[in-house]
Amino acid sequence: MSSSSTEVQLLGSGVSPFEWRIIWALKWKGVDFEFIQEDVSNKSSLLLEKNPVYKMIPVLIHGRNSVSESLIILEYIDETWKENPILPADPTERAHARFWAKFSEDKITEPIKQAFHCAGEKQAEGVKALGEGLDILEGKIRGKKFFGGDSFGYLDIVVGWISYWLHFNQEAAGYNVMDQERYPGIDQWMKNFLEVEIIKENLPPSDEMMSSYIMYREMSLAFLNSNNKSD
Amino acid sequence: MATSNVKVLGAWPSPFVNRVRMALKVKSVEYELIETNPHEKSELLIKSNPVHKKVPVLFHGDKKICESPIIVQYIDEVWTDGPSILPSDPYDRAVARFWAAYIDEKWFPLFQQLRDAQGAERGAVLEKISEGLLLLEGAFVDCSKGKAFFGGDNVGYLDIALAGCVGWVRASDILIGAKFLDETKIPRLVGWVERLYSDSSVKDLMPDPQVLIELYKKFQAVSNAASE
Repeated sequence: MSSSSTEVQLLGSGVSPFEWRIIWALKWKGVDFEFIQEDVSNKSSLLLEKNPVYKMIPVLIHGRNSVSESLIILEYIDETWKENPILPADPTERAHARFWAKFSEDKITEPIKQAFHCAGEKQAEGVKALGEGLDILEGKIRGKKFFGGDSFGYLDIVVGWISYWLHFNQEAAGYNVMDQERYPGIDQWMKNFLEVEIIKENLPPSDEMMSSYIMYREMSLAFLNSNNKSD
Repeated sequence: MATSNVKVLGAWPSPFVNRVRMALKVKSVEYELIETNPHEKSELLIKSNPVHKKVPVLFHGDKKICESPIIVQYIDEVWTDGPSILPSDPYDRAVARFWAAYIDEKWFPLFQQLRDAQGAERGAVLEKISEGLLLLEGAFVDCSKGKAFFGGDNVGYLDIALAGCVGWVRASDILIGAKFLDETKIPRLVGWVERLYSDSSVKDLMPDPQVLIELYKKFQAVSNAASE
């Protein structure tokens, strides 16, 4: 068993929202760590060794332990470093937080991926599904500063990436779902989120984000076009 | 703690409902099963899980919890005087959660794909199922550390996650003759499956594959008639 003072490393690409969830959580807990930049188009032997099943970032390496899948990493961090808890203490509230985290992955993250990586009808489908997911999220957040009320916590860390990333995603892929009139609660929460100290101080630079997302979008379109040609 | 206020909404053949029932059995918590019809979304189901309209739902007093992995963790965190379901070490917990998520997101959905696949596609899906079983065999070696179950001496979170699926895996085995549970390829998992049928927490909640096959055939007949 590793002690909590053992060295911590985070493998990431620099711009993936899933690794930034981990950065925010580690910062929230005051845990020092080393960030190891991965080139996801040319995966290192370290990444392949530490996440052999999915071969994806983020991966948290803590001594001899390597943990992958960002929601699982968040729980590992919360259980290993007890100060500044992220998940609520009450089992019912924890269950609800986990439920909404999973909801956001299925009904917001997945449609965003579809809207970003696809074109035409498939993209429109993703955008529509995203709108519906945001409708439900709006009901959850409207009138509250953060998902837990006044306190910043787990669900904000899980969903908060959209406050910053969605803009670049939409710009690069040519869609727009964030209608302030349809989602006033989400719009306000996004502003609250970006004002939190550890978030403000820990966001990837916007020029790097824009150039990365333009490149990823070009790669997705090239992939779609090459598939069409081979039909 | 009062246990008469615990209810589970769900259908007996559902692997996900059975996980919840296994977890309650581990903790010796009595509950009422409210049987649902898997082909009809009842008013109670829609009211209880308005977001997904799916079983299982756990009612505990005035609380309702959805999603089987979340419910199982809730059960573990509420009934603390029973045996633990999740391991105590944070890394072991992360590993158990990782493989349970793998089962739900990548591996078990392959069985639905198998039902829908035609021709050459079927071979590809069968291949993926077998590769997944090899990964789970490796996971068993890592997690069990030489003991009887993923959770060690007793069934734990990952045992419950996979045990819920075993009836359907065996039913698919019989229907297709695929021999998923091949002791020459996954000897430890095959041994583990046998032990499940003797374990007091789970044995009564492992549906008979033949009964599942009959149910499946009936469902297919109804779907075919409806689409004609």
